[in-house]
Amino acid sequence: MKKRVVLYFSAVQSEQPIIYQLIKNTDLIVNILKADINPQKEGYLVVELEGDKDSYEAGIRFLKNLGVIVEPLSQTVVWHDELCIQCGACASFCPTQALAIERDSMIVSFDNSQCVVCGMCLDCCPTLAIKLHFELQEAV
Amino acid sequence: MTKKSYEEINEKIRRGEAVVVTAEEVIDVVAEKGYAKAAEEIDVVTTGTFGPMCSSGVFINFGHAKPRIRMQKVWLNGVEAYGGIAAVDAYIGAAQVAENDPENKVYPGRFMYGGGHVIHDLVAGKDIRLEATSYGTDCYPNKNVDTVITLADVNEAFMFNPRNAYQNYNCAVNLGDKTIYTYMGVLKPRMGNAAYSTSGQLSPLFNDPYYRTTGIGTRIFLGGGIGYVAWNGTQHHPNVQRGENGVPMVTAGTLALIGDLKQMDPNWLVGLSYLGYGPTLAVGVGIPIPILDEEMLRYTAVKDEEILMPVVDYHQGYPYGNHTDLGFVSFKDLKSGRVNIKGKDAVTTPQSSYPRARQIAAILKAWIQAGKFELTQPVAKLPGADSPIEFKSLPDRQPSGAVSMVRNRR
Ligand code: SF4
Ligand code: SF4
Repeated sequence: MKKRVVLYFSAVQSEQPIIYQLIKNTDLIVNILKADINPQKEGYLVVELEGDKDSYEAGIRFLKNLGVIVEPLSQTVVWHDELCIQCGACASFCPTQALAIERDSMIVSFDNSQCVVCGMCLDCCPTLAIKLHFELQEAV
Repeated sequence: MTKKSYEEINEKIRRGEAVVVTAEEVIDVVAEKGYAKAAEEIDVVTTGTFGPMCSSGVFINFGHAKPRIRMQKVWLNGVEAYGGIAAVDAYIGAAQVAENDPENKVYPGRFMYGGGHVIHDLVAGKDIRLEATSYGTDCYPNKNVDTVITLADVNEAFMFNPRNAYQNYNCAVNLGDKTIYTYMGVLKPRMGNAAYSTSGQLSPLFNDPYYRTTGIGTRIFLGGGIGYVAWNGTQHHPNVQRGENGVPMVTAGTLALIGDLKQMDPNWLVGLSYLGYGPTLAVGVGIPIPILDEEMLRYTAVKDEEILMPVVDYHQGYPYGNHTDLGFVSFKDLKSGRVNIKGKDAVTTPQSSYPRARQIAAILKAWIQAGKFELTQPVAKLPGADSPIEFKSLPDRQPSGAVSMVRNRR
């Protein structure tokens, strides 16, 4: 299995070799997707954990025991109107009509509430106007 | 019978009295008033298109360095420009891939930055890194330049696009079992979608199918500025099958366009990244059509349903020439979001921006109405529908000793 999670660290935890131990103790493949640690040594890591179910659960237990806050990663799709040239390619790939073309004007619009983050639209946008965003909790 | 000369129309433009409509609006005028009345009233019809046009690029003269350099290899933001012309001239092509791009090694490649993006950044007035190398001569001793330039710094920058504004184009499908990544975008397997790239009834050469008023010297909207038709485009192949309205049913005419980049606008020259294919540039083109007589008016009244395009398989047909006959689809059906191809329904994927094409036709209309843009009579005609142009392929020959000897000529 493969899962993406966000790990929130406090200063004490970020000084320990947590990722090293996680890999060593659990056999998980850990892929760091994004990291941000502030000068006070607090911050987060977005990681993808790959391995069998037992290793995954052991890994999450290990992190929680150290006091690391583990949250499932929520992603959202952001549509950058200012980059979009209104070609309409993305709408033909969108299964939910979140990206849709109004057929009289041929104008494309994006309705976030309909988006299921399937990612189909990301590859076909030639202006790279559609981006995936990791959603993070404001303060931990 | 209505007859108007270019001079009469320009006279009206100067007086601010010219009646100008877009290639969409003309359809409604005809529906209401008929061809004869519409031809009498309307002076100019404006067209527009905004889509990926790989065969585009910019000639730049950078000015001389101190000491001087005869630039042999040139890079702009890490994208190579062709330096095989005079010392500080170069040509940056829209489809050029950045140096060190992973290309399709990690398939499908992303091509985040390339020639089209350099052109967009130049027009946007951004700083551009210019690197050039050479071997050094007595007159040009410098061997290396690494500096930063902007569009304002260079002497000349003019866009010269060898092939734009294709008159008709393939509707692309994939008959294979795997997704493919093409210059027509992502094509889903088993005809999962049908991609097309034209602005249909707004497209310049659908409104002047026999190139009666569009010729060498025609003044146009190019990239947000003013440009001209310089020549027929490469692969101009006008003697093809046409409908009763004169509209070609397969790829036909093309235009080579020229214009001053310094007057253009980044909104109308946008760098694109085609997944698995490469970088390119979306170019905005708008061509005004003078209504010299009722015949011209009839051409400009062409509707989406009267424009047919051939369906081509990009799995085996286009790349390997193993074509399957998939018939034709109308632009009206393509625009509706679904087409039926040989009994199977496919979702349609546009590549060219219809809303942007409509905006270009409207801008050009406003320029003409404001008296800022007069029409030009072509100084020479483009090869017409009866010209004996053949569409040639590359010969497959074994280079002989005699051919390779040419390099060693003294
Ligand atoms: S991620 Fe999926 S659902 Fe969301 S806009 Fe893109 S294609 Fe539509
Ligand atoms: S594919 Fe990209 S540029 Fe085209 S309409 Fe969608 S978001 Fe806009």
